[in-house]
Amino acid sequence: MIFAIALVILVIGSVLFHFLSPWYLTPLASNWSTIDDTLDITFLVTGFVFVVVNLFMAYCVYKFRHKEGARAHYEPENKKLEIWLTIITSIGVAAMLTPGLYVWADFVSPPEDASIVEAVGKQWQWSYRYPGEDGKLGSVDTRHTTTKNPFGMNPEDPNGQDDVLVLGDMHIPINRPVKMLLRSQDVLHDFAVAEFRVKMDLVPGHVTSLWFTPTVEGKYDVLCEELCGVGHYNMRSYVVVDTKADYDIWLSSQRTYAQTVSGDNAGASMEGVSASEQGRMLAISRGCVACHTTNGTPGIGPTWKGLFGKTETLVDGSNVVVDEAYFIESIVSPNAKVVEGYSPIMPPSSFTDAEMKALIAYVKDDLK
Amino acid sequence: MSNVAHDAHDYVPPVEIPEMELYHPKTWLGKYIFCQDAKVIAIQYSIVAIGIGLVALVMSLLMRVQLGWPGTFDFIDPAGYIQLVTMHGMIMVVYLLTALFLGGFGNYLIPLMVGARDMVFPFVNMLSFWIYFIAVLVLVASLFVPGGASGAGWTLYPPQAILPGTPGSGTGIILMLVSLSLFIVGFTMGGLNYVVTVLQARTRGMTLMRMPLTVWGIFMATVLALLAFPALLVACIMMLLDATIGTSFFMPAVVSMGQQLDYEGGSPILFQHLFWFFGHPEVYIVALPAFGIVSDLLSVHARKNIFGYRMMVWAIVIIAALSFVVWAHHMYVSGMNPYFGFFFATTTLIIAVPTAIKVYNWVLTLWRGNIRLNVPMLFAIGFIFTFVNGGLTGLFLGNVTIDLPLSDTMFVVAHFHMVMAVSPILVVFGAIYHWYPKITGRMLDDTLGKFHFWTTFLGTYAIYYPMHYLGFLGVPRRYYSIEGTSFIPESAADLNVAISIAAIFVGAVQLVFLYNLFVSYFRGKEAGPNPWEATTLEWQTADTPPKHGNFGEKLPLVYRWAYDYSVPGAEQDFIPQNVPPSVGAQTVDDEDEEDYEQHS
Repeated sequence: MIFAIALVILVIGSVLFHFLSPWYLTPLASNWSTIDDTLDITFLVTGFVFVVVNLFMAYCVYKFRHKEGARAHYEPENKKLEIWLTIITSIGVAAMLTPGLYVWADFVSPPEDASIVEAVGKQWQWSYRYPGEDGKLGSVDTRHTTTKNPFGMNPEDPNGQDDVLVLGDMHIPINRPVKMLLRSQDVLHDFAVAEFRVKMDLVPGHVTSLWFTPTVEGKYDVLCEELCGVGHYNMRSYVVVDTKADYDIWLSSQRTYAQTVSGDNAGASMEGVSASEQGRMLAISRGCVACHTTNGTPGIGPTWKGLFGKTETLVDGSNVVVDEAYFIESIVSPNAKVVEGYSPIMPPSSFTDAEMKALIAYVKDDLK
Repeated sequence: MSNVAHDAHDYVPPVEIPEMELYHPKTWLGKYIFCQDAKVIAIQYSIVAIGIGLVALVMSLLMRVQLGWPGTFDFIDPAGYIQLVTMHGMIMVVYLLTALFLGGFGNYLIPLMVGARDMVFPFVNMLSFWIYFIAVLVLVASLFVPGGASGAGWTLYPPQAILPGTPGSGTGIILMLVSLSLFIVGFTMGGLNYVVTVLQARTRGMTLMRMPLTVWGIFMATVLALLAFPALLVACIMMLLDATIGTSFFMPAVVSMGQQLDYEGGSPILFQHLFWFFGHPEVYIVALPAFGIVSDLLSVHARKNIFGYRMMVWAIVIIAALSFVVWAHHMYVSGMNPYFGFFFATTTLIIAVPTAIKVYNWVLTLWRGNIRLNVPMLFAIGFIFTFVNGGLTGLFLGNVTIDLPLSDTMFVVAHFHMVMAVSPILVVFGAIYHWYPKITGRMLDDTLGKFHFWTTFLGTYAIYYPMHYLGFLGVPRRYYSIEGTSFIPESAADLNVAISIAAIFVGAVQLVFLYNLFVSYFRGKEAGPNPWEATTLEWQTADTPPKHGNFGEKLPLVYRWAYDYSVPGAEQDFIPQNVPPSVGAQTVDDEDEEDYEQHS
């Protein structure tokens, strides 16, 4: 009796939880309403089976509980019943699978006119590349990758000269299909934006892709959703969905590959932004904060809170007082003097002098 | 339609091969440590598996502590967290569930249930356990080497598994791969035993279609394992070579931490195919024994034959076959050719049909039964409820389109825990309550058992049902901390606290179970040979617990299927498999007996 009641309560409770709890799909911001529809169909079919099977079982547990002198019914098989159940189940399965395959057919055939954006993943940061005015992405090779050439651009390729390289947030115009090419330089990553519904792994040695059309303006979290090492949970970025006009303004302020090579800083305007604020934005966009916290809690690397002036013990037992020289050395050749308790896993990075000053200003002034 | 219970009811085939000779050990060491008796090996397997499983249980609680109260406990750092994720998963799937179902229940139940005196290769069977034991030691050793255990996730995906951004990418991963290879070697020795014993050593009259479903489940799971583990073995060996001598099976050209590495031309996706070619059958290696055992628990305690026995056998066989053509549903968003999605989504959803049939038949076994809610039965019914839930959410993830938003989120974690962690573990508990009286001669305490069932059943549901909804929100799995996103409401943190409290509670009540196991061994009620009034051969042994050789002087002859419960007209509501039909078969029996004497 108790068991039957418990089963009924569990069934009702589960259904109520579904309808009453505040936790469900994050509001959609792309064209993929068909994915949500497929999910709804599946919920309907599986929910029905869940309720019917479990309530029937609760009924059996109550109705056919052991009674003194009673005997169970002897019936080894019932071919007819079994065949009917098989047929009904097959129909239910087909009802879920068919829409699923139709939507998947959409997913594997991106629209011809989709604009191209490349997302590049490395431990533990995102960067983005746009094809520039010629509409073509230049060729790349992992073997070209250095701290000065973080995208691994082929310097000889004319198609790559006007490619727009973005180390910060990704921007896209609203209502225009985007085909994202996904590329990794080190390990597996996964490009996922909950509001867009679609996601895909980045695989070193391959270029993978996904597509969507953003339909709601806003700023959305990009998460890495394939375990990629200690900094995985902090490998984040933002995608900003702009109006076409705002997008064009933003795009024209970004630096092309040719400009980064020539050191031409014209594109990126930082006027009116304080040095420490520039440093804060850099720390986020270049992925520093994936490992270095700014609130004093230990991360994968030492925290930046109260960093300057601190005396750190190194792995070889010696001490060092953190000053600008040590700070810069630790960015350019991070494994030269590793603090005790941490692993030598930080990649060397390259910043311009101005950027380095901004970073120092941020850590020194804002994170005292 | 012919009735399976009565076909060839009275036919017992003549002896074909002489009985095996058993080696009876003369020393204490030979009886209890280096023992060749499958029953002792089963206990050894079970103790080691449950022991290492408890370690993995504590690991999961540490993970829940971090997720429930992020940043509160300093001793869990990001590296430690993913090491816990990795070791918890690997231990639970391979070293606990696989070892316990096949090495534990397989060893104990196969010879007893098919009417054999032992496994056919007792010495190899003993080796199997000891190699498993060494594999566990190597795995545990990896926790204590510099850099710690691997933190690559239980899937061990390269390139990260062997690159410096992952904890344990040096010695940790190498020990993990060596341990897995040893496990596979050990398992193969045991697995060949189980298969050959079922095929060759069944007692006279025990036709395949008279075997209890427990044996069918364990047998097919073993066949799956023998075919699937080699894929993992080659993947382990190839990754070992990548990690140690610099081959590039799975390693493309990469820049790791700013360093150009010497690898070139390998494919990380190749590893994933090999891994999941093993990994998906692995799900059924765990599930099929659970399916089989739960069928027998339901039948015995409902006093009713399992509904649709033949369909149940064929469902097991079909599921086993299909499980080899669905592996890439774990890889819909892995970057493999997306057109594979059509094929694998279709095969995956087709597998739902035989699985659903099994569920219907379990429930229909209860229908018009005479249900005794003994503790094993509670767990069996709890299993059906949990499995229905976990199986249905599989239809979300298997349907390639819906996998896009849900893949790599907490929905996946909730799904696979419901379907291949909680469900099989409920069966393990049910099975232990069911067979403990045969193994020890004493009953487990009923009150403690009921307490254990209710807390575990309701507690695990409270952990995993709400967790699906975190997945709908888009909360990713394997995240040390999810702070700082804009789309996850703060209430999700409250939900995480609730889940963590439930998890700690469920973890704690397992101590009651261990206490029960221990105390009942000394003080439990005397069980007698057949406390549940069951039909299968293990309950018809001369001694309880059965001695070496299982059946005393004479092997039982089998005259009927395993499910003669509540047969109309019969005196009792069960007829053991070795009870001859009362009419018509007498002469055949006498001849058989003589035949039998000549050979023994």
